[in-house]
Amino acid sequence: MKDYQIYVSVWAALLVLTLVTWQVSYIDLGLANAAVALVIASFKASLVALFFMHLRQESRLVWGFAVFPLVILSLIIFGTLSDTLFR
Amino acid sequence: MSEEKAAQSGPGRGYLEEKGWRSWAYTLDHKRIGVMYLFTTLFFFLLGGVFGMLIRLELLTPGPTFFSDQTYNEMFTMHGSMMIFLFIIPGIPSGLGNFLIPLMIGARDVAFPRLNLASYWLFIMGIIVILFSLAHPMDTGWTFYTPYSAKTAASVTVLSFGIFLVGMSSILTGLNFIVTIHQLRATGMSWLRMPLFIWSMYATSIIQVVATPVIGMTFILLAMERLFGIGLFDPDKGGDPLLFQHFFWFYSHPVVYVMILPAMGAISEIIPTFSRKPIFGYKAIAYSSIAIALAGFLVWGHHMFVAGMSVYADVIFSILTFSVAIPTGVKVFNWIATLYKGSISLDSPMLYALTFIFLFIVGGLTGPFLGSLATDVHLTDTYFVVAHFHYTMMGGTVMGLFAGLHYWFPKLTGRMLDERPAKTAWAIIVVGFNITFFTMFITGMQGMPRRFAEYPEKYQAGNVISSIGAAILAFGILVMFYNYVRCMFRGAPAPADPWRGKTLEWTVPSPPPTENFETIPTVTGWPYSYGGKGDGDA
Repeated sequence: MKDYQIYVSVWAALLVLTLVTWQVSYIDLGLANAAVALVIASFKASLVALFFMHLRQESRLVWGFAVFPLVILSLIIFGTLSDTLFR
Repeated sequence: MSEEKAAQSGPGRGYLEEKGWRSWAYTLDHKRIGVMYLFTTLFFFLLGGVFGMLIRLELLTPGPTFFSDQTYNEMFTMHGSMMIFLFIIPGIPSGLGNFLIPLMIGARDVAFPRLNLASYWLFIMGIIVILFSLAHPMDTGWTFYTPYSAKTAASVTVLSFGIFLVGMSSILTGLNFIVTIHQLRATGMSWLRMPLFIWSMYATSIIQVVATPVIGMTFILLAMERLFGIGLFDPDKGGDPLLFQHFFWFYSHPVVYVMILPAMGAISEIIPTFSRKPIFGYKAIAYSSIAIALAGFLVWGHHMFVAGMSVYADVIFSILTFSVAIPTGVKVFNWIATLYKGSISLDSPMLYALTFIFLFIVGGLTGPFLGSLATDVHLTDTYFVVAHFHYTMMGGTVMGLFAGLHYWFPKLTGRMLDERPAKTAWAIIVVGFNITFFTMFITGMQGMPRRFAEYPEKYQAGNVISSIGAAILAFGILVMFYNYVRCMFRGAPAPADPWRGKTLEWTVPSPPPTENFETIPTVTGWPYSYGGKGDGDA
């Protein structure tokens, strides 16, 4: 596949996912509402990082710096949940 | 220029050659930017110190004497915010770090010189915004806890926006340093040949880049609550006030390692130089810097034990807190082992470095008291916490900065500091510091609460002793600054390597020329080759 074809398909995927987010928001999933929205959003962000920001072709060092903040993000989520879920 | 020539003809001007304010305001030279950071941060150190002295003045008597309670609240907020955000966080990393990192790794500048200058001016913009907040001075303490900070009439939004800008500057500086350390090391300088100061600056930069955005976002959320009434932290609107504390400490705990790690790096350079011995346990010190940076992200909850957090979280955070003691202990033991059988000379940088170790041990060991759940219930929000914090941050970081300033003064200015006033100031500072803050451990254990303008009479003796100590401490600091200013203009010309150090910055003239190295050096070994046992690469 040529370069521009990849970019166009990723762009199309992002648009589709945006539509999905919008439509899903009309369905009440209870607690899962936020989870579903966040999963879709994370998937979109990954597409942007991998393709538009060229993370796919980057060295392991750059991958390390891209993934490390996600580890830190998970810390703040789990640390805070260890409080709020058990109060 | 050879050393003899430099000694005869007075100091070359090096990077200080060019004159006029434009040559500073538009400079891309990491050394000049570092010096500008040092001047700015030291100014706020003195200003914050004035607020500290005013606090001590008011606390001489149990009742209100000099200031109203409201003014007192504003003063301790200014003392805390200035010292933390405008002095101690940017002080060593942006000041000494900017000056030293390229010199120590054999580079001509940082990776992004323009970004570096932008960071400095962003820092200044932040300061200006913070000064605007003085129109309605803050009274929340430097911690901005909700729900009070969401409701007070003080200019919380303005001040937090200023700190947001200062934080941006901090992130960009950290990013700059990470890339510099990865990309610009001289040929032959492998990771295990880097000076330990560089290791600690690397760990510091990682925290700056990863943790600072969290405080920025937290302040945005706080502003949204204050300006638009969005219920994020206010329980009446379905918010959670503890959430603010989680976010705040998720940044503010790791950031104490942004403060202390560079100081530890400076100490790791000074101890071997003045012991004439290779550093003991190079790898252990280097990796413990990284370990401290990572462990620092796991322990923020220990600031919230009595805030109503779940018992489950209390226990987890308490256990994790003790893990930080391990890499910290590794460093302290290695410094002491470096001293063992060394040929120690007690010049002023070494005096401050040894003071760092001593005071930091006291500050560090009082940490576990606060990290233990049972004792923390008794000690939370007492002067014990204030004493612990000042022993680690002033006794630790600030002594490390003073050690570094005395050690690198010849490199910064091309002139030597006068040793006699330097040592006199040191003696006064050590005495004043301990009188002030050791007493606070005792008044704190007795139950004296922090942040109160008034207190029961039984605490007066302790408070008076602390205030007398603070006056002695302030006098010592003035003597030290007098010495800096005098020697900046009148000090004896410094040779390239006055302390016989082995790191690369000592191979260039003092002060270093613009672009540092005529030819980029090739590194063939580690920077602690003082001969004897344990010498050679790590």
